[in-house]
Amino acid sequence: MIKKKEKQKNTFEKIYEVIKTMASKPSGLIGLIILIFHVILAITSPLYVPYDYKAIDPTLMLTPPSSEFWFGTDSLGRDVFTRTILGGRTALTVTFFGSLIALLWGGSLGIFCGLVGGKIDDIVMRIIDAFLSIPWILAMLLIVSLLGTTTLVLIPALGFFYGKGIVRVARAATHDVIAKDFIVSARARGHSNMSIIWNEILPNVRDAIMVEGAMRWSWMLLGFSSLSFLGFGVSPPTPDWGLMISNARGLMSFAYWAVLAPIFGLSSLIIGINLTADAFAKALGIDRSTKAPV
Amino acid sequence: MFFLVIKRILLGLITLFIVSLITFAGVEVLPGDACTTYLERQAFGEALEACYQRLGLNVPAYERYISWAWGVLQGDFGYSLSGEMKINEVLGPKVKNSLVLASASILIGIPIALLLGIITALWRDRLPDIIISTVTIFSMTIPEFISATLLILIVAIWLEWLPGIVIVPTDASIYELLPNIILPVIAISMIMTAHMARMVRSSVIQVMASDYVQMAILKGVPYWKMVFRHVLPNALLPAINVVALTIAWLLGGVVVTEVVFNYPGLGRLVIESISNRDLPVVQALAIILASIYVGINLIADLTTLMLNPRLKSLQIKK
Repeated sequence: MIKKKEKQKNTFEKIYEVIKTMASKPSGLIGLIILIFHVILAITSPLYVPYDYKAIDPTLMLTPPSSEFWFGTDSLGRDVFTRTILGGRTALTVTFFGSLIALLWGGSLGIFCGLVGGKIDDIVMRIIDAFLSIPWILAMLLIVSLLGTTTLVLIPALGFFYGKGIVRVARAATHDVIAKDFIVSARARGHSNMSIIWNEILPNVRDAIMVEGAMRWSWMLLGFSSLSFLGFGVSPPTPDWGLMISNARGLMSFAYWAVLAPIFGLSSLIIGINLTADAFAKALGIDRSTKAPV
Repeated sequence: MFFLVIKRILLGLITLFIVSLITFAGVEVLPGDACTTYLERQAFGEALEACYQRLGLNVPAYERYISWAWGVLQGDFGYSLSGEMKINEVLGPKVKNSLVLASASILIGIPIALLLGIITALWRDRLPDIIISTVTIFSMTIPEFISATLLILIVAIWLEWLPGIVIVPTDASIYELLPNIILPVIAISMIMTAHMARMVRSSVIQVMASDYVQMAILKGVPYWKMVFRHVLPNALLPAINVVALTIAWLLGGVVVTEVVFNYPGLGRLVIESISNRDLPVVQALAIILASIYVGINLIADLTTLMLNPRLKSLQIKK
């Protein structure tokens, strides 16, 4: 019992330590602040939006920013400020749960492949390679156009599609530890495979997989908003940045505010997640700049 | 060496084979087939039969796969659903246009990325590095459709320097295309350049810290000679593979950028064929894009192999 308690405290201490290291550099601090700001905004924004996000008013079409409408109105007379602060909710939820799914299936399959090796490993890695060589946009569009664009489709689809890169990382990390002495001795002590995975391998590959997951999150956000931009993401009138940009784009020569507001929202969130992921990787001692975005 | 090259090529072909299986099976497993989605409400009775007959959907799936794959091997992708046109004729000019766009971005992106990466590594943590690294983080993270939209807004609408939308026919020659692709090329190469610059930077920094570079410094080799003779050849080799992956990733970005600029390339075809559920075209696109990806990776692998004898043994393990 005592041992377990001690272990828990260590995990909290480690998390605290990592966050402290992340915040010690200006770029990590900025990233964390932006990310936390966006998360708080996404959770609380319905409580204080000034207008109804789907209220159409033809008399207020494309009014420039004023004290009444901070970011102006769009081509249907809807308040852009309201839609902008609500616009990240779907994106954040979908990509967050999507990355969790990606982490889970990618991580477990990767560890499994690294552990068993041999023929199964070869076959799975060939299939993963094949999936990697289909451009994400084509695969995502195909899935979404055939199965629909509800969140219940988008989350597993994104999770599945962005998890395949994690398989590789988890497999490589497992390969690195599998030949180490402590695994050999655990085997010699007669531990079961599950116990070896849980107690010996997982603690050693966890960092690499988590950093990979954080990176996937920003790419998934990019993919998700590109999908909405192309009209294959969330359906209107749900406020979403990608969709807002795509709708306001045609009229941006005289209503730039309707396009700049969602651009600012989306870019700041992506930059925030990226800076945080970078700082996270550095705090765990993993250099992410040598990785290509696959 | 010869054996290795053959093995790499074979692995690439196997990957393509699996891609073709996946796309074929995917289209097969997902609800609805080409005829029901194409005919929609009229999908019953004689119309449906006729459509099945026309597309040859009334034979078992594996037979269709074999005949389709045989056609693809001979460079024939069959007919599209909607236009009843040969897919080859639809795809040909669009593939060319997209390749013009992609190669222009790569040709401009790689030298800039090398230059920026080397500068930031050599002046690490000093003013040039801080400025360039901040800019790269911005241009790396912002999605293509946002940078493209911003470019149109600023350069085309506010400054009125360049046209914001590409208006050329699909069969335009390269000379007609070039003046129109400046903004799309900037939008595409921004992300790619930033990624590559970061990789080059960390690669150069790693090599600078290695023993043989320290040795060269101690020996008194002049700084620039050391950089060009000892650091760069060793730093740039490992970057080739990662650069290839970045280029492959770029294919998705090209699709989005082409849509934003209304460019007559594969991008719009991807969107149109998927909106119309034109599955034969989607399959053809998947194979073509995957071949480009596999091809680029193969070239990168072989280049690294040729240039770096030390990797020969590593490649077998991989």
